[in-house]
Amino acid sequence: MTTSLADVASSDAALRAFLHGLPGVDRVGADQRAAMLGTRSIKTTAKAQAIDLAISMVDLTTLEGADTAGKVRAICAKAVRPGGGAPSVAAVCVYPDLVAVAAEALAGTPIKIASVATAFPSGRSTLDVKVAETERAVADGAHEIDMVIDRGAFLSGRYKKVYDEITAVKAACGDAHLKVILETGELATYDNVRRASWLAMLAGADFIKTSTGKVSPAATPPVTLIMLEAVRDFRSTTGRQVGVKPAGGIRTTKDAIKNLVLVNETAGDDWLTPEWFRLGASSLLNDLLMQREKLATGRYAGPDYFTLD
Amino acid sequence: MAIFEYAPAPESRDVVDLRSSYGLFVNGEFVEGSGKPFKTVNPATEETLAEVATATSDDVDRAVQAARKAFGVWSALPGSERAKYLFRIARIIQERARELAVLESLDNGKPIRESRDFDLPQVAAHFFYYAGWADKLEYAGFGMKPLGVAGQVIPWNFPLLMLAWKVAPALACGNTVVLKPAETTPLTALLFADICRQAELPPGVVNIVTGAGETGAAVVAHPDVDKVAFTGSTEVGRIIARTVAGTGKKLTLELGGKAANIVFEDAAIDQAVEGIVNGIFFNQGHVCCAGSRLLVQESIQDELLAALKRRVATLRVGDPLDKNTDVGAVNSAEQLAKIRRLSELGESEGAERWSPACELPERGFWFPPTLFTGVAQSHTIAREEVFGPVLSVLTFRTPAEAVEKANNTPYGLSAGVWTEKGSRILWMAERLRAGVVWANTFNKFDPASPFGGYKESGFGREGGLHGLEAYLDV
Repeated sequence: MTTSLADVASSDAALRAFLHGLPGVDRVGADQRAAMLGTRSIKTTAKAQAIDLAISMVDLTTLEGADTAGKVRAICAKAVRPGGGAPSVAAVCVYPDLVAVAAEALAGTPIKIASVATAFPSGRSTLDVKVAETERAVADGAHEIDMVIDRGAFLSGRYKKVYDEITAVKAACGDAHLKVILETGELATYDNVRRASWLAMLAGADFIKTSTGKVSPAATPPVTLIMLEAVRDFRSTTGRQVGVKPAGGIRTTKDAIKNLVLVNETAGDDWLTPEWFRLGASSLLNDLLMQREKLATGRYAGPDYFTLD
Repeated sequence: MAIFEYAPAPESRDVVDLRSSYGLFVNGEFVEGSGKPFKTVNPATEETLAEVATATSDDVDRAVQAARKAFGVWSALPGSERAKYLFRIARIIQERARELAVLESLDNGKPIRESRDFDLPQVAAHFFYYAGWADKLEYAGFGMKPLGVAGQVIPWNFPLLMLAWKVAPALACGNTVVLKPAETTPLTALLFADICRQAELPPGVVNIVTGAGETGAAVVAHPDVDKVAFTGSTEVGRIIARTVAGTGKKLTLELGGKAANIVFEDAAIDQAVEGIVNGIFFNQGHVCCAGSRLLVQESIQDELLAALKRRVATLRVGDPLDKNTDVGAVNSAEQLAKIRRLSELGESEGAERWSPACELPERGFWFPPTLFTGVAQSHTIAREEVFGPVLSVLTFRTPAEAVEKANNTPYGLSAGVWTEKGSRILWMAERLRAGVVWANTFNKFDPASPFGGYKESGFGREGGLHGLEAYLDV
């Protein structure tokens, strides 16, 4: 971080002055831009390329109360070999208590293990619990931690509290990458999405992520657009690149391709890799595989030709 | 090479049934013209699309006579009956939208994304809107008496949409029309003639005469025309005003513009950049209300220009029928020459020219998106309407200076204001001498909203309740 930004986190007031000094976001204009990019027509070779790129960016996720070791092993197997010769996905994303299972299942593969932490999805717990949960997940083998911010603190203007929690969790991560979930569906305005993005990046986020997937709306195209603008602007201000992960509600190949178009025409080539852009999803992978097969053979295969998990 | 290249995604031409030659549409029939036919070309490829008849003054006279005869029948219909025809036309336009959009892009050079997502929805919306007025004229406050025969001359930048702006209110009020489309873009008007037949509109209510300036002059000068409506250049508008002066004909003119798009330091920058791009590169800048002068507050000049250049570099210039094209072809060789001449003048007068690296097709009429920085009010490119994808960037220090500079033009069609401060929007809108002031947006249209200019941008309003006045004997 440059020295000019070092002081902005000194107090709530300083953070407020900085975050509220960012250019506003006009809702009508942002919606219009995202909708226009949604009309891009991606066909034939471009579609084939986009599908494989999207598969390689998937954080294959299972975050259910009913998750078991068996379920996690199953999605790990699918993550390595999605089927039909498709590339493997970027990561699997599980709850902290199942990280060890995933670590065993994915040993020797390049696939990353991501774990949600910090009292996901609400974030309503004390900092020591959040830090302990993070440390445990990392110790069990997580390469990436998906934390949630304290939306209550953010909405009531206690930006310093949000900032301090992120820096504490970041410290607990050690070498693990930190993805900061903004839960944009609870932030209410696009101005807040931009401010929360900057706040997370200032505090050391390696990735900013839209949503937990437990709140609707989740990763809408305008929200992802605004976050892509934020990482683009943050890099040109500080020189540090931060990744983006839309998650929640991305279910179809069309949705995934729209996301890639947003990246392509907003942040550009530097973000078009699994290192800097991820798609948090569960059912999306099978739709990508189905469309991939359709492009290769000209026919749609029935759902039973693709494995459940 | 970019990581993610979009493959070509051309819209199919098959939906359009192009004929090798087209006649005039007079009294419900396609008839031959007496003049020498002319060719209309696809500006993206220079391929000839069709031969089109030229209407001489005799042909125009027949068209006006047909319109006069039809006026008796048409104006005597109850408004609710006229509305039925207009609703029917609007629905047929929606049904045939793809065909019309492809034909518009072929003949005009505009991207299919725009003809499909802007022109055609707006065309249908105008007919629906004025269909709704046809049986409610007594509540509009302009009386209920139509004028008679309207002579309408329209430009090539939005061929079918300008037709809709002219024809829909005229018909709703009970007038009949003789319309002359632009010489370089007559095809969608002729397809519209077919739609009139499909809708079983009584013969003579809509007549379409094609040809060059002489045909338009004959329409305007015809003694039995009661109302003249023209959209086009200020130069031709002046000639028309002279022709019509003292004849008792009612006149509305929608002419050129040199709109200021004013960006304050507290604007939503990303959306302002979109608005600037949309303001000047929409429809290749062939827009009378284009935001061709960017007035940016000096404190954010560098930041805004960097963001603008980054965004302009992503514009996709090329095949108008490709669904991913953002900027299509310039409409004609003549217009291209004008854009080139004014751009060269911009450079020689001392402004700095910038265009992104972009490959232009070899054939056809093309001009890259272009910015001029360091432009002064005294430069020709800040004064004259370029009518192309060329933006002049000027700066200001205070709101008062922004208003002064924005108003310091013989034109006054539109303006844009970008600020997050509501009170400043109102303060600016009160002082800007422009027919439309857009706040935090640009080039937004709705049939319910009147449109028209101050000063050399013309007079009279089209669209909305106000648009009825031009077609009623007030």
